[in-house]
Amino acid sequence: MSAPVEERILLDDLVGKGWRKPPFIKRGWLRWGLILGGLVYLVVALASMDVNWTRVYEGLDRGWQFVLAFTNPDFTSRAADIKEGMIESIIMSIAATVVGIALSIPVALGAARNIAPLPVYLVCRGIVAMSRALNEIIVAILLVAIFGFGPLAGFITLSFASIGFLAKLLAEDIEDLDRSQAEAVKATGASWMQWINYGVQPQVMPRLIGLSIYRLDINFRESAILGLVGAGGIGATLNTAFDRYEFDTAAAILLLIIVIVMALEYISGIVRGWVQ
Amino acid sequence: MPQVLTGDGTKIWMLRDRKAQFTRWAAWMVGAIIFLWCWKQISDATTWFFVWDAPRIAGDIGGRAMPPRWEYIDKLWKPLWDTLNIATLGTFFALIMAVPVAFLAAKNTTPSALFIRPVALFIIVASRSINSLIWALLLVAILGPGIFAGMVAIAIRSVGFCAKLLYEAIEEIDLKQVEAITATGASRWQVMAYGIVPQILPAFAGIAVFRWDINIRESTVLGLVGAGGIGLQLKGSLDTLAWPQVSLIILVIFGTVIVSEWVSARVRGAII
Repeated sequence: MSAPVEERILLDDLVGKGWRKPPFIKRGWLRWGLILGGLVYLVVALASMDVNWTRVYEGLDRGWQFVLAFTNPDFTSRAADIKEGMIESIIMSIAATVVGIALSIPVALGAARNIAPLPVYLVCRGIVAMSRALNEIIVAILLVAIFGFGPLAGFITLSFASIGFLAKLLAEDIEDLDRSQAEAVKATGASWMQWINYGVQPQVMPRLIGLSIYRLDINFRESAILGLVGAGGIGATLNTAFDRYEFDTAAAILLLIIVIVMALEYISGIVRGWVQ
Repeated sequence: MPQVLTGDGTKIWMLRDRKAQFTRWAAWMVGAIIFLWCWKQISDATTWFFVWDAPRIAGDIGGRAMPPRWEYIDKLWKPLWDTLNIATLGTFFALIMAVPVAFLAAKNTTPSALFIRPVALFIIVASRSINSLIWALLLVAILGPGIFAGMVAIAIRSVGFCAKLLYEAIEEIDLKQVEAITATGASRWQVMAYGIVPQILPAFAGIAVFRWDINIRESTVLGLVGAGGIGLQLKGSLDTLAWPQVSLIILVIFGTVIVSEWVSARVRGAII
């Protein structure tokens, strides 16, 4: 316990002097180094970015039109396209979330060090790392090239991305579980499946449900861009609307996305309230 | 504790009673029906001929993509630098915008819970629900293609994320410290600077690094819609079917993402 001694010396030194706010980073050279490095980087980076200011200035007018379009969104003139795209997006996200959960549970069990042996652990961690490092849109491009246009490519992309996300967070939760409960179940002579089912699963279930709904939310948001590369969903309609400068239709689609995301967030709040 | 009697009258333990079990099965059934219906829709929209052909196509593309065209890397350094700038400057400007939004959105610091807080929350939701690629698409249409559009897209997209995490941190601060500062007769701004800011600074730094890591990932693909960075090269190579270049670019993106994740983990480890 050296803290009080240190404090006293400090206090003696400080008596009679004005107070100064203690810095966030205590090591002086590191603090000034970071500040200086940050400033240098900022100047270099801004200098290397050639912005066509006249083009930006011309664009401001169009930007303002887009903002105005939000006050007067056009849901009707492309209603059929919007409806079809939205339903496809929702279908893709639901199906991908279900498959993602189903596949992520075994991967998560394998990626939890307290359950899986080392070889299985490494393989499952590898799957998680792969899935997280590859951006959805890149996966979607490759899958569209392989499977052809349509929602199947988007569905597989989202399932693949869900595996990494869910398995990583679920594995962390499994690693944190209360060992005594799991041990108690094991002591009754339970088989491995029974041990997982009665010792592990009840402890991680609330987390799994919360994560699944959160992932559904993410999948829906991601499904909105998959259409840009031809993998189905609302993105294709949105892209067309932007390309034709139909900002009122684009605004309508964006508002729908925002409303659905908000609704999902609200539902997930309620469900998380139930399970906890 | 639900128990049942077997035929000869002995009690055995069951996890749930009959009614709970029944509700559960019904819920599973509804879920299964929804999933199967969704699958049907996807299946109907798919040309299955292409799918059965997929292994051959995948093998064909894989064959063309290997080995990567290593000498193309000379043309990738500048786009990579642009990508880094998009992510870093985007995060920087996002943080500048996120701080006031977070203070307006936090229950304990908002000037008006009735009028201003909902506006701040709407900004957060709107920015979060729209993917950065869509923001980029929009900004390319408005500002013209280039790095600037990408940077603004990343910044707008990150505002909601940073502000949300930050306002949650503000709501969790220790009020005693704020009260102590207030008791010294500090003004509203002084309370903020000496009572609130020091408490949320570690969270702020953590959020900044976390978001920077995400932004690196996102900025690698912004070029697909013309917003600069290495994605432009990717799009060019894809459009010209230059698969050896595509595989090299994907490898470079993969490496960048892993390095950024490592950096952010190290920095966060040092802060927390």
